[in-house]
Amino acid sequence: MNRIPDHPILGKEEPSSFVTIIVDGKPLKAREGQMIAAALMENGYEKFRTTSRLGEPRFFYCGIGQCTDCMMEVDGVPGIRTCITPVREGMTVNTLRGLGTWRKTDEKD
Amino acid sequence: MSEFRKRGYLTQEEAMSLASYPSQERMEKGPVAVIECPEGIPCNPCQCACPHQAITVGTPITNLPALDVAKCVGCGLCIAHCPGQAIFVVDMSGEQATVSLPYEFLPMPQKGEQVPVLDREGRQAGMGTVIRVLNPTSFDRTAVVTVAVDKELAHRVRAIERRREHVPEC
Amino acid sequence: MKRTELAIIGAGPAGLSAACQAARLGVQTLLIDEYTRPGGQLIKQIHKFFGSEAHKAGVRGIDIAAGFLKELEESPVEMMLGASVWSIFPNRVLSVAVDGRTQQIRAEKIILATGASENALGFPGWTLPGVMTAGAAQTSMNINRILPGKKVLMIGAGNVGVIISYQLLQAGAQEVTIIEAKDQIGAYQVHASKVKRLGVDILTGHTVKEVTGNGRVEKAVITAVDQRYQPVPGTERTLDVDLVCLACGLTPLSDLARLAGCRFTWSPLMGNYIPLVNDKMETTVDGVYVAGDCGGVEEASTAIEEGTVAAISAAESLGLVFAARAAQLRQEARQRLCDLRSGAFGEPRRLAKDALNEEYKAYERV
Repeated sequence: MNRIPDHPILGKEEPSSFVTIIVDGKPLKAREGQMIAAALMENGYEKFRTTSRLGEPRFFYCGIGQCTDCMMEVDGVPGIRTCITPVREGMTVNTLRGLGTWRKTDEKD
Repeated sequence: MSEFRKRGYLTQEEAMSLASYPSQERMEKGPVAVIECPEGIPCNPCQCACPHQAITVGTPITNLPALDVAKCVGCGLCIAHCPGQAIFVVDMSGEQATVSLPYEFLPMPQKGEQVPVLDREGRQAGMGTVIRVLNPTSFDRTAVVTVAVDKELAHRVRAIERRREHVPEC
Repeated sequence: MKRTELAIIGAGPAGLSAACQAARLGVQTLLIDEYTRPGGQLIKQIHKFFGSEAHKAGVRGIDIAAGFLKELEESPVEMMLGASVWSIFPNRVLSVAVDGRTQQIRAEKIILATGASENALGFPGWTLPGVMTAGAAQTSMNINRILPGKKVLMIGAGNVGVIISYQLLQAGAQEVTIIEAKDQIGAYQVHASKVKRLGVDILTGHTVKEVTGNGRVEKAVITAVDQRYQPVPGTERTLDVDLVCLACGLTPLSDLARLAGCRFTWSPLMGNYIPLVNDKMETTVDGVYVAGDCGGVEEASTAIEEGTVAAISAAESLGLVFAARAAQLRQEARQRLCDLRSGAFGEPRRLAKDALNEEYKAYERV
């Protein structure tokens, strides 16, 4: 665990409530309100996507929505910046391969 | 550009040559603030924190802080209020010297504990005994730890070892 | 189309202070930020700030943000979070994407307070998981409460690199080594001393050669460089690390100013192209102002004051504050800016801003 439960400046962490998200087909407990990237990092994930040509892994790089390294496929939509997108109950998150493809979701909107 | 900009820290000689560095005689009379702030940062909370008007920055705000050793009682309020953590209190009036320093790590040292004491460069200078830990709300999470050390270390010790227990697993 | 008197883009130090000042002057204000929490980088800055009492010196960045947010909560300022402004069209029409849909907002005045982004540094292995910007490590620790690594190589010994190294130690990192290609440390000596006396090595005249690892960072090879920044043969060293942080400077996030049609200029002292502004923080586009790092990288304290100036100017041009009162309020803020831009570290930034204002005057005359 790489969690920081207590900190000299931030103090003790408030207790979290949890939601379940589905990551590459597996359920994962994530803290309500936390970003997708944070939920994955806390649970040991080290690859968010692979690049188009060389298939190299990419991970958390800028953390503020600028660099697009942490993009994943979220609820069928590719290219979602996971560092600035909070988790939601039932959200499906998949490792993004290349630029990904848009999936037709059932009647969404 | 000064030599310390290559190293990132003041040597003991550089620190002791600062105008605000109190004399050995003053330290032997009782606790006194040691301000190691050589660069003219636009900053003056030390002046505001001192209840005895012993520290003056004045105008312009980039003046180096000047210490009136006659007014300073070594209370150490400036230690916690200095955003640069550049102020210490040294007392050489007793059998051992004491050095008070800012500390922002967990776990907090406990009174009576033996701790490795470090010099400005991070090298261990010896062992010290924690004699006081102050961390009131008004210090805003910068605790002030006082360690007793051998007298010859009074000008040298500026930190205690940050302890490495209870770190999160990566 | 939604309408607002003032739209502020970016809820960091510049945007928050602009929003508070605008609200105090009775401007109907919409504050927009891409992140779901307001505060920008202030909400991860857990160290105490320099300055005087007027600049909230001695207060931690997180608490400065909390102060602004409390004031905003009690004000009529509307906040729009998780909202990305992706363009500005003529007549100050903003396109804002929220939840994957775009809406347009017509603003009478716009303050751009979009901040800056961290520079990348390319070297073999720099895309490996475990190489990230120093700010990303700070976000991870201080917002997400996740320690991104225990054995750290920090590249860059400016204030960002040194302060975040200290924060990594506070969060529980075991070892941090800082390298800096220049022959001297860029950070304030007091910041460098804070980490140095805790055993952090700061190697000036050193750079990274490569980072290797199987699927993530495992080793970093560093080398000494000569005065022409060329590697010195035989000085290579391999460090076992699980995190490499890049603290190699920042670049203004000024894309929206470009899209709005603002004139830019090269500022040699700032080392960037920045929007041309006058001393009221007005750009060359009517009704568009900039404040903070997006107009030239400085620090949170100066961003706060520039936000104040921009909001006063916007309120004045909306007719909500008399010219004389606006001038007086601006003068007070400028004095505080002047104090922050003094001394060996601040002076170049003051000169850069003065040069910018002079160039604006010349531009206006044409």
